[in-house]
Amino acid sequence: MTTSELTPPQAQDEVARKSGRDGSGRRRLLGAGKQLHGGPVTYVVLAVLAFVSLAPLLWTVVASSRTNQRLAETPPPLWIGGNLFKNLQTAWEEGGLGTAMVNSTIVAGTITVGTVLFSTLAGFAFAKLRFRFSNTLLLLTIGTMMIPPQLAVVPLYLWMSELGWSNQLQTVILPTLVSAFGTFFMRQYLVQALPSELIEAARVDGASSLRIVWHVVFPAARPAMAVLGLLTFVMAWNDFLWPIIALNQQNPTVQVALNSLGTGYVPDQAVIMAGALLGTLPLLIAFLLFGKQIVGGIMQGAIKG
Amino acid sequence: MTSSKQALAHSASSADAAPGSQPGAARRAHGRGTPPPGPGSWRSRLYRWDMKASPYAFIAPFFIFFGAFGLVPLLYTAWYSLHNVQLSNLDQQTWVGLDNYENLLSSDFFWGALQNTFTIGVISTVPQLVMAIGIAHLLNYKLRGSTMWRVVMLTPYATSVAAATLVFVLLYSWDGGMINWLLHFVGVDPVNWRESTWGSQFAVSSIVIWRWTGYNALIYLAAMQAIPADLYESASLDGANRWQQFRHVTIPMLRPTILFTVVVSTIGATQLFGEPLLFGGVSGSKGGSEHQYQTLGLYMYDQGWIIGNLGKASAIAWTMFLILLIVAAVNLLITRRLRKSR
Repeated sequence: MTTSELTPPQAQDEVARKSGRDGSGRRRLLGAGKQLHGGPVTYVVLAVLAFVSLAPLLWTVVASSRTNQRLAETPPPLWIGGNLFKNLQTAWEEGGLGTAMVNSTIVAGTITVGTVLFSTLAGFAFAKLRFRFSNTLLLLTIGTMMIPPQLAVVPLYLWMSELGWSNQLQTVILPTLVSAFGTFFMRQYLVQALPSELIEAARVDGASSLRIVWHVVFPAARPAMAVLGLLTFVMAWNDFLWPIIALNQQNPTVQVALNSLGTGYVPDQAVIMAGALLGTLPLLIAFLLFGKQIVGGIMQGAIKG
Repeated sequence: MTSSKQALAHSASSADAAPGSQPGAARRAHGRGTPPPGPGSWRSRLYRWDMKASPYAFIAPFFIFFGAFGLVPLLYTAWYSLHNVQLSNLDQQTWVGLDNYENLLSSDFFWGALQNTFTIGVISTVPQLVMAIGIAHLLNYKLRGSTMWRVVMLTPYATSVAAATLVFVLLYSWDGGMINWLLHFVGVDPVNWRESTWGSQFAVSSIVIWRWTGYNALIYLAAMQAIPADLYESASLDGANRWQQFRHVTIPMLRPTILFTVVVSTIGATQLFGEPLLFGGVSGSKGGSEHQYQTLGLYMYDQGWIIGNLGKASAIAWTMFLILLIVAAVNLLITRRLRKSR
């Protein structure tokens, strides 16, 4: 899947037309609008900015490989030491990161599946189906994005305690299972990417709505579903406020475990850094593999938003 | 959920029973035109019911989940904010009217948190968005490895609040911290990033800036690519240089996107919580020894789950919401002004 696939076909044509060229090749499409070449200065400035973006992460690796004592000395270490695996192991065992990784995978995985599925269904309805109040309901959906999560945490905490769900993963999963952003994102994609004639043809054939969803909507939505899935996974994995309130150290997600590493009394900074590294590693790997798609997804969500 | 499963079962069995369709050929029959159901038959009634009900069934999960876990709690938070609810004794909730709010408004810590939220919000949002526009402008040039640059700029977004803050805590540490060590090279005295007010607020802001600048740059880049090329062509025909083109074509065309990012960043800044919590380490929920970087989000967490006064925490949450609404209204007014003045 390439980034150009993420842009609905019509939009691609438009971009190609605007750029005034034949529009062949992905780079032309992406670079459309302005055709100025970056000079050496551009590259130098970008390289500096790229270094600023990556330096804290690279340095985390360095710090994870040192001893606590060495980290307190001046000058700070600039190169890898010999303690990386020892520190990773300590963080894994003492920081409870093993359980946390499993929990985070379950939580973020479930939230991703739910969000993508529900967003696609609702997005399809808003994009292609006619029903009463559809515009009002769509506006309402978008409006809910304005409501900060802080406004729900006290009652949620009380109810989950009453249900005996404190410290259980469903407490974190359920309130995050749907997404207004996701719904809107899928709607904007499907408006263009799914030709209405296809749905009408299927209707004429007597296909039920669920049949249409399965055989027409899902295939058409697949690229956007993949992107929404990646974005949701990143968000769910990194979610902080609610998991910290809802879960404790005995059954943490990665963020809860990192919070207790950082605000606890663990004096070993190198181990804390190893924990931070471990907690970020899954997403960094995802970024290496799917960075292009994530970038494309954010840009597409932005154009339409 | 059950009803939609039944509908699925119905449609599957009815497809199998369709005239002329053989097992295995159902897909082809579906594509080739099974005759539309005649009026009056139960199939056509089912079909019409399906047409009518399915849109609501498709959007239902969002509204059910959002209602149960977003809207209803929102109202209950208002209810709890008028009660004395203690974490240590959840069953006993007594009506106290506006006491929690009065308590809040007479608390120095609340006003301090409000001010800190505002200051940290401004010094994290403004540089972040200005830099993001600059970066987007650079990324908009034709570049070798353009995707790679974008991915690299976005990498901090993949780092969680917790991980990023833990790393920055160490970078900012008084002794042996990387930042003070680098400052030493340019002849600046070490800064106490934890204890000094402006130092700690700057440090907390820098974490926000680091994590979100690349994300905003991509949003601006997307908007820049939607600007028609002829605008630049005619500008350059008029003799505008690159800087003038940037000022008089790019920035005005980006105005809606800029407003969008300002609103989103403002909402984010109002809710700032994780960065100051972890930046403070053991005294995290207090926002430092002097509460010097305690934000409203942190204040709510501290009052609710550290001190254990959930009623007051609810009052803080609702106050935050009201502040957000005021901010949104001010934003709207400014936009109107801008539009009129154009």
